[in-house]
Amino acid sequence: MTETYAPRDWSSQPPYLHPDYKSTVLRAPTKPLIPIRQSLSEITGPVYGHESLGKLDADLTRNAIKGGEPIGERIVVTGRVLDENGRPQPNMLIEIWQANAAGRYVHVVDQHPAPLDPNFLGGGRCVTDSEGRYKFTTIKPGAYPWGNHENAWRPAHIHFSLFGPSLSTRLVTQMYFPGDPLLAFDPIYMGTPADCRELLISRFMLEHTQPSFALGYEFDFVLRGRRQTPVE
Amino acid sequence: MSKLRQTPSQTVGPFFAYALTPEQYGYDFTSIAGGSLIEGDVPGQRIRIEGRVLDGKGEVVPDAMIEIWQADGEGRYAHSADPRGSNVGFRGFGRMGTGTDPQSRFIFDTIKPGSVDGAQAPHINVVVFMRGLLLHAFTRIYFSDEAAANARDPVLASVPTERRNTLIAVRDEKSAGAVYRLDIHMQGPNETVFFDV
Repeated sequence: MTETYAPRDWSSQPPYLHPDYKSTVLRAPTKPLIPIRQSLSEITGPVYGHESLGKLDADLTRNAIKGGEPIGERIVVTGRVLDENGRPQPNMLIEIWQANAAGRYVHVVDQHPAPLDPNFLGGGRCVTDSEGRYKFTTIKPGAYPWGNHENAWRPAHIHFSLFGPSLSTRLVTQMYFPGDPLLAFDPIYMGTPADCRELLISRFMLEHTQPSFALGYEFDFVLRGRRQTPVE
Repeated sequence: MSKLRQTPSQTVGPFFAYALTPEQYGYDFTSIAGGSLIEGDVPGQRIRIEGRVLDGKGEVVPDAMIEIWQADGEGRYAHSADPRGSNVGFRGFGRMGTGTDPQSRFIFDTIKPGSVDGAQAPHINVVVFMRGLLLHAFTRIYFSDEAAANARDPVLASVPTERRNTLIAVRDEKSAGAVYRLDIHMQGPNETVFFDV
């Protein structure tokens, strides 16, 4: 027996082509994916542990300060990385990026005329602990306009990138905030199958809220699980 | 026990660079990986792989992110699932955005991977991300000067003959070094083969 990874659950994933999100129209693959039998190439993957982190990487309220503090509502975002069998995934790199409190990204291509924050970059990373837990301290990102359709606004979100234990488990996603009225109008969020959209929304948690400092939000990730496959 | 639902993917969007490829784009944040996979005097044949990403109109995509994952020169992965492991200090991971090269190319300087398990031809695993792609796409890069190995490769054999060329990087015979080129076509008559990994 050899260990491989359960297939992507396509019923929980957005389609490549989702015409309401206009950029998919010319960028979505049109031909069916060709199934691959997992080999070492797919069950291995890049390994980045605690040694790859800088000291302040997980604290976005401090990792780019230039003599002041970032503007906005401080938040803690924490949770666990699990596989679909509920097994915690320790020592996994998580990378995040986000807009500042005014809805502006540091990226030079972002032309939204909201102010940049000299004390905020919006990028961070951490590695999960032995129970698969992670924790970021950051600023709650603002909503921002984009050109998809007339008066289009992205709901506040944080981008997450995870490798998981193998190339097969790679995941890039976005975490949203509870009760955001923009969600129902957002074709990226709405491109997710209806019964899985809630999986992208964080929960406000008083127990993660740090008194007199930051509100706490919880968000768990579920990656593809391992399975036993007979060797042919 | 019922399984948990897998977290849905969402697009990487247009603004990933300052967190995922910061050094390449000149942001003040360290990168975990970049376009060069070569550290120190790692053994193996030095190669360069370059290409562009093209959309359904044949226009170059300047905001894609390409990741590559590969074995070392002897076909060993630096990962615990490979019982041999890589003992040459070669991590095997590269990541590059298409937003800094004047021609919007991804350019990787690496070593040519060996055959992973004897059966597969030398190849590099590729993950494609971009605005407009709600979930990443997996593909592979093979090498034009490995015709005999490619002819025996079980993954290439599973691909319709007329589409196999979309996976084979072509060696530039005029170049002094070993340069291979392969464009990634998201759509169109030369649409790249993407895999359900």
